[in-house]
Amino acid sequence: MVDYVADRADQIAAQTLQHASLVLQCVALGTLLAVGVAVLVQRSPRGRAAANAVSAVGLTIPSFALLGVLLAPFGFGVTPAVLAVTFYAALPVLRNAVVGLTGVDRTLVESARGIGMSRTATLLRVELPLAWPVILAGVRTSTQMVMGIAAIAAYVLGPGLGGFIFTGLSRLGGANALYSTLTGTLAIVLLALVVDLLLVLAGRLTTSRGIRA
Amino acid sequence: MPETTTRALDGAADVRDAGGRRVSGVSIRLDAVTKRFPGQDAAAVDAVSLEIPAGELVAFVGPSGCGKTTLLKMLNRLVEPTSGTIHLGDEDATTQDPDQLRRRIGYVIQAGGLFPHMSVATNIALVPRMLGWEKARVEQRVDELLDLVGLDPGAYRGRYPRELSGGQQQRVGVARALAADPPVLLMDEPFGAVDPITRQRLQDELLQIQAELGKTIVVVTHDIDEAVKLGDRIVVFDTGARVVQYDTPEAILADPAEQYVADFVGAGASLKALTLTRVDDVQLASVSTARVGEDAPAVVARARAAGDDDVVVLDGRDRPVAWPSLAELAQVAAVPSTVDERLPVVGERATLNDALDTMLAASQGGAVVTGRRERYQGVVVIETVMDAIQRTRTATSG
Ligand SMILES: Nc1ncnc2c1ncn2[C@@H]1O[C@H](COP(=O)(O)OP(=O)(O)OP(=O)(O)O)[C@@H](O)[C@H]1O
Ligand SMILES: [Mg+2]
Repeated sequence: MVDYVADRADQIAAQTLQHASLVLQCVALGTLLAVGVAVLVQRSPRGRAAANAVSAVGLTIPSFALLGVLLAPFGFGVTPAVLAVTFYAALPVLRNAVVGLTGVDRTLVESARGIGMSRTATLLRVELPLAWPVILAGVRTSTQMVMGIAAIAAYVLGPGLGGFIFTGLSRLGGANALYSTLTGTLAIVLLALVVDLLLVLAGRLTTSRGIRA
Repeated sequence: MPETTTRALDGAADVRDAGGRRVSGVSIRLDAVTKRFPGQDAAAVDAVSLEIPAGELVAFVGPSGCGKTTLLKMLNRLVEPTSGTIHLGDEDATTQDPDQLRRRIGYVIQAGGLFPHMSVATNIALVPRMLGWEKARVEQRVDELLDLVGLDPGAYRGRYPRELSGGQQQRVGVARALAADPPVLLMDEPFGAVDPITRQRLQDELLQIQAELGKTIVVVTHDIDEAVKLGDRIVVFDTGARVVQYDTPEAILADPAEQYVADFVGAGASLKALTLTRVDDVQLASVSTARVGEDAPAVVARARAAGDDDVVVLDGRDRPVAWPSLAELAQVAAVPSTVDERLPVVGERATLNDALDTMLAASQGGAVVTGRRERYQGVVVIETVMDAIQRTRTATSG
């Protein structure tokens, strides 16, 4: 195994980078979309219920199935991978953003309006910062989950560490097949740990001391 | 009513009312203001007309659900009136941009409504910054306001709301509302969430701020004692914000307009004396004072010569910090700077009722009286309070 890894260090590093870049970009995009949608639906109880239903049902769709469906219009390549990963990345953030925004004390929102903050200013300066720790928890969940899904997305020839896993699985029993799968899996787990640590750090830096747990 | 006008340094007109009090507020005039919430048969506020003179503190009282909060929120248009007009000074509030309007009206809610993710300074600076003030001016203003509400800027500027006591949060809430020097201050049960002694201190401070700044202030409360103590006038409401009586506290207590008001205020004659008489209406006892750090034996000698058994210790800004006996002072070389947390203190506009409460809470026969910026004024002793009650008793029975 050590030899296997040493021989392919460059390739592994490149694939890890690709994997990380796919995951991070999709999570960033998914977070933006999810927070945007949460802001829009948050004021109406029906909108909140719909958002919660979408995020609950969406997470039960098997990723293989979704990828398969996306293959029909887009063919093999990066586009279906990005679409699928972003979709899954958005769901936990959507749920948490709705919870976080709904949880903001209404008297504080009224207080903000009462001193003359506009709706937008209230959202940007009061509601989102107060909901931020909850949203960020969603981003962490989402990142962890999507690490695995991005590996499966390699099946449709998107970039990333999934390549090692699938090459290995398809040649199971052959030389180095197990090493290939293990390498891919371990790299993903390590990457997930590192990214999570970075998110925790980012959370500390971006959460006001006044509301930090 | 003659008003004298002089130009103050900042260019704003320095207007004084008949009593010589500075007025920086504007009058509030409501004409047939009505609010009907969707899906409700009865109007929450039904055609209310009311005029609040500039620079006065008016208390709104009435039973729960009678529409006090709704009426108050229509003044800054957090609630849009269904019909009717509201004038602040000469301006029609109903035709202005609501955000602009609110930046010129201070708004304080229960527990202060501070934003927990912003420091005290950031909270207070919000409105001035929205108004585009320069950074240096905002910073100076923040310190000024903290000082006004009795918090040391150096110690509190950088704190977060959760690092403050309930009373301190409320003070910061008042400071934030006053930040851009608004002519009008609206307060909805501002002191509902703090303990009685703190509440009384906050009330005293509000009265001192009012005396100093002369804002037009509307305070919603369901505590008639608070209304009597704070209000230049009181509005008693009934369901639908029907104005049952609008008068001075004295008049409302002496001559309730309806049985309903009598039930609501329901205080006996001698108790009225306690709630209507202010500490600065009675004779304050003068006690020897000492400065923190002064030579203790000299202070003891001076107090003995004056015939006092105790001394009020003042800090560098004339604020009382302790009230030791001569025996205690004789034990030390210099007057200590220790702040006595349990020192019984009342503001000069506190009622005798407050003074009595404070003395009882501290198990003392007297309380230290402070004026503006918590400066020492004198001492009120329990005998004075008893005399005042005795006098009204005789007056009402004879
Ligand atoms: N946003 C709203 N939507 C519908 N009805 C409301 C709304 N706000 C207040 N009401 C109703 O209007 C009436 C007056 O309420 P308001 O809050 O003004 O009472 P209040 O005098 O402040 O009472 P309290 O002393 O309990 O605070 C109540 O019957 C209340 O149910
Ligand atoms: Mg109310």
